[in-house]
Amino acid sequence: MADPEGLIRLGLHDLHVELGGKMVPFAGYEMPVQYAEGVLREHLHTRSAAGLFDVSHMGQVILRPKGSIEDLKRAFEALMPVDVLGLAEGRQRYGLFTNDQGGILDDLMFTNRGDHLYVVVNAACKAADIAHMTAAMPGVEVQPVTDRALLALQGPGAQAALEGLVPGVAAMRFMDHRIFGGIWVSRSGYTGEDGFEVSVPQAEAESFARRLLAQPGVAPIGLGARDSLRLEAGLCLYGHDIDTTTSPVEANLTWAIPKARRAGGVREGGFPGAARILRELAEGPARLRVGLRPEGRAPMREGVELFTDDGTPAGRVTSGGFGPSVNAPVAMGYVARSHATIGTILQGELRGKRHPVTVADLPFHPTSYKR
Amino acid sequence: MKYTKDHEWLRVEGDLVVVGITEHAATQLGDVVFVELPEPETQVAEGDEVCVIESVKAASDILAPVDGEIVAVNQKLVDNPALVNEDPLGEGWFFKMKVDDLSVLDDFMDEDEYQDLIG
Repeated sequence: MADPEGLIRLGLHDLHVELGGKMVPFAGYEMPVQYAEGVLREHLHTRSAAGLFDVSHMGQVILRPKGSIEDLKRAFEALMPVDVLGLAEGRQRYGLFTNDQGGILDDLMFTNRGDHLYVVVNAACKAADIAHMTAAMPGVEVQPVTDRALLALQGPGAQAALEGLVPGVAAMRFMDHRIFGGIWVSRSGYTGEDGFEVSVPQAEAESFARRLLAQPGVAPIGLGARDSLRLEAGLCLYGHDIDTTTSPVEANLTWAIPKARRAGGVREGGFPGAARILRELAEGPARLRVGLRPEGRAPMREGVELFTDDGTPAGRVTSGGFGPSVNAPVAMGYVARSHATIGTILQGELRGKRHPVTVADLPFHPTSYKR
Repeated sequence: MKYTKDHEWLRVEGDLVVVGITEHAATQLGDVVFVELPEPETQVAEGDEVCVIESVKAASDILAPVDGEIVAVNQKLVDNPALVNEDPLGEGWFFKMKVDDLSVLDDFMDEDEYQDLIG
């Protein structure tokens, strides 16, 4: 285990320790990987009741235009193959920063808050993202938000629990964003469940978290279960399932690329890496991110190599583990497009032996967003 | 009961040695979701990787603590790997070995020495 020295301790550190959290280094922060219940029970609890996650390590950023919000939207849209201009006030959307080669620099959530945008990026990419946005958008003030905690409340019990503290959230639907005094609420998350991400001023964060934990059914959940929950939901983990070498098309994230930005669209291209991304949209990518269901109970984790029956290399697992709700091992990975059809059986190499693994539909566990 | 530095426990049962992992090891591993057992009647040498154990977090190996022959394995773990967490010192045993001379166990830690190791 890495030396915890030099790691950043976030505001809720003492609360995590008090709750029995096992603190580990993650992206330069000291974060709870699990509590006393353990990953399996925490995962299942989130799917059946409500899980509270501290995700304060993620980067919250405010983008404020020096001119009009339209200028800001246009500048931000020039960094991503997604639709920023069409995002209505009070709505959130998934985005991807791409590089000139069409690879993914980071994935993120962004929200139209009327006269500015609110962005949440991955912890490990935070500094690079801020530098990228600052350099690429000279007409925009890029303001990192450093005095707020970010909590996620996820699961079928999330709405009732949060409504008790923040009346009004029950009326929100998936990807809505609302400001309740100092509390910023998005109806979104990273588990496949209905739920919320709540940005709270640091000074109030601990009492807010304690009041949430006092609501019926709410339990603290660590990063371990966050990973198995997002894996079952088929959601990408940056640095594993997507990175600077994978394009959004290869990553099977084309749902995020609207018609307007594609060939023949009203705002065709105009984002970094457009040549590759538009070509892959037209011709199909060489490889594709797919779901993978190993036969039996042995998990296939990141790095497992995939082969066809005749031994030809076919791809590689980018994240995998045991899916507690599926009650079986689940994985994601990249395979050559000719092997990407659902139902294709490949062989994954585990400890020198090859085991059957089936290309499967994502998500592994049905999502329950409140649309 | 004897203990290895790899957090395995060894219990003599007649002329056999029963091998499992300690409660400390089970807690550290987290929920066990898969166990791959060796074939019975396998000759093994000390330090051989004889079982694979996968938890929600990672894969680990169970090593043969001494030279000998695997004579029985706990098939229950295949269908119910959670036994390793629920009852690591009892129902969660992994395999039984036949060894030439039970006195090889004298070299391993006793309960107090093991508690010192993990304490």
